[in-house]
Amino acid sequence: MSNDLSTIETPRTIPPLGGFSGRILGLELRRLGRNKRAVIFTLILPSVFFLLFGTDSSYKTESAGHGNVTAWVMVSMAVYGAMIATTSGGAMVATERALGWSRQLRLTPLHPVAYIAVKTLVAMTMGLAAIAVVFVVGQFFGAELPLWRVLLCGLVGWATSLVFAAFGLFMGYLLPSENVMQILGPSLAVLSFAGGLFLPLSEMSHVFATIAKFTPAYGVGVLSRAPLGGDESVLLAVLNVVVWGGLFIAGAAWRMSRDTHRV
Amino acid sequence: MNTTPAVRLTGVTKYFGQVRAVDGIDLTIQPGEVVAFLGPNGAGKTTTVDMLLGLSRPTGGDVEVFGGEARRAVALGRVAAVMQTGGLLKDFTIRETVEFTASLFRPARPVDEVLQRAGIADIGDRLVGKASGGQQQRLRFAMALLSDPDLLVLDEPTTGMDVQGRRDFWSAIRDDARRGRTTLFATHYLEEADAYADRVVLMRHGRIVADGTAAEIKAMAAGRSVRVTWPDADTAALAALPGIDAIDIRGDSVIVHASDSDSVARYLLNQTPARDLEVTSRNLEDAFVALTGDADQTEGVLA
Repeated sequence: MSNDLSTIETPRTIPPLGGFSGRILGLELRRLGRNKRAVIFTLILPSVFFLLFGTDSSYKTESAGHGNVTAWVMVSMAVYGAMIATTSGGAMVATERALGWSRQLRLTPLHPVAYIAVKTLVAMTMGLAAIAVVFVVGQFFGAELPLWRVLLCGLVGWATSLVFAAFGLFMGYLLPSENVMQILGPSLAVLSFAGGLFLPLSEMSHVFATIAKFTPAYGVGVLSRAPLGGDESVLLAVLNVVVWGGLFIAGAAWRMSRDTHRV
Repeated sequence: MNTTPAVRLTGVTKYFGQVRAVDGIDLTIQPGEVVAFLGPNGAGKTTTVDMLLGLSRPTGGDVEVFGGEARRAVALGRVAAVMQTGGLLKDFTIRETVEFTASLFRPARPVDEVLQRAGIADIGDRLVGKASGGQQQRLRFAMALLSDPDLLVLDEPTTGMDVQGRRDFWSAIRDDARRGRTTLFATHYLEEADAYADRVVLMRHGRIVADGTAAEIKAMAAGRSVRVTWPDADTAALAALPGIDAIDIRGDSVIVHASDSDSVARYLLNQTPARDLEVTSRNLEDAFVALTGDADQTEGVLA
């Protein structure tokens, strides 16, 4: 074994958990807060949509399940916000690859899985913030739903938005572009409409309502609104979330392993 | 005391499809050496550096860093690198970038210390995106210092730095080299290779074409020039000497290019009225062009 000066002092080791730490998570979140685009799209825009589409005075008096229509729109817009937040959180890998940061990280002990864990947690933290903001605004602008149901909606919405964190990661590896959200932003808007977040399926034509059930935002939306009460099939929604989640996670893992071999 | 080489490449090749980026190189670098890696674009320098850092695998041959796998040496912080471009996030501050990297190494030097040594302690709060190219390069240097590496690999390290920055940078590198840090740098600044490297390795077409001290390489490529003042010189007698490459007459001056400058000088002083003798080697740039140029393309193809 070599025995030169620097190894005598402290033995060199590889960090625990592949380099994952609260320190890194904290730095990443601070960095995210500087991204004005992300802040506007995830923390402000969903609430603006809620105020535009959900606070009509007739909606406040019209009931929907255990609450009013305003609460229905509130939950839907929170899910929309969480979708944007988690997708853009996952898609940060595209930016970091484009800038060569991923390559720089390969000159450190950071394990690829730890890196993905950090990205996912950052995405999920963002998603939680997006939901919380819409819910707080909702409380002040006429959403009526018992608090425990509100919290349950939020919890389910947050947990299921993991599907979109995986989607963001997959796309982030697929599209090595610094401005990947300029492509994904409009796609998410389309998926939100198609999945019935902006318009209930009952308002759609039969054909569109059928297609809607196969799109990835549908399952997340239905499950998040389930504590509010509704007539849509929870079982179908669970199936939707599991299938899309599985596809996106598999896709992200596949692209990631290719990436690790190549760079 | 320590006989494990810092770097040992044995018959290393790297193909990208049909292209041979690295075409069979053997290279051993001992701990404490400061080695310059020179070569024109496409010579295979960066590909070789990538394999040393475990960023890519050789197609054939063996890459050993401190007697083990490159990837492991990197993860332990024994090897660190300053890459030429990219590699930084614009919305971290300079200090955050260093803190992020510092959190990964066990052990790691204090953040303030490396910022200080890289000369960016006063701009730690600046966003990377707002820092100049030279400041970003210093940041990359600071990150490379964090693990107190035994081998430092630098790819065009002073690109974008001003004269003062370049001077500070090299003085820091020299200090560490004196304390035993092995340093390998690729550079286009030939004078940097000349001034700072103990050893210069020249690459062309994926092969090592020369390996020695800067002085040896200069001599190898171009020999030396002997200039004397000698009116009405007897050039015919001079040309008859062995090892003469060229003779220039410029007024009263005679300039003789020769591989064996010593015997030319001895002849001129002992057997001719020539005076004011000067011996100069060609600079490294001439040697670089001579050894890496495509003038003798056939040799490259045959090789």
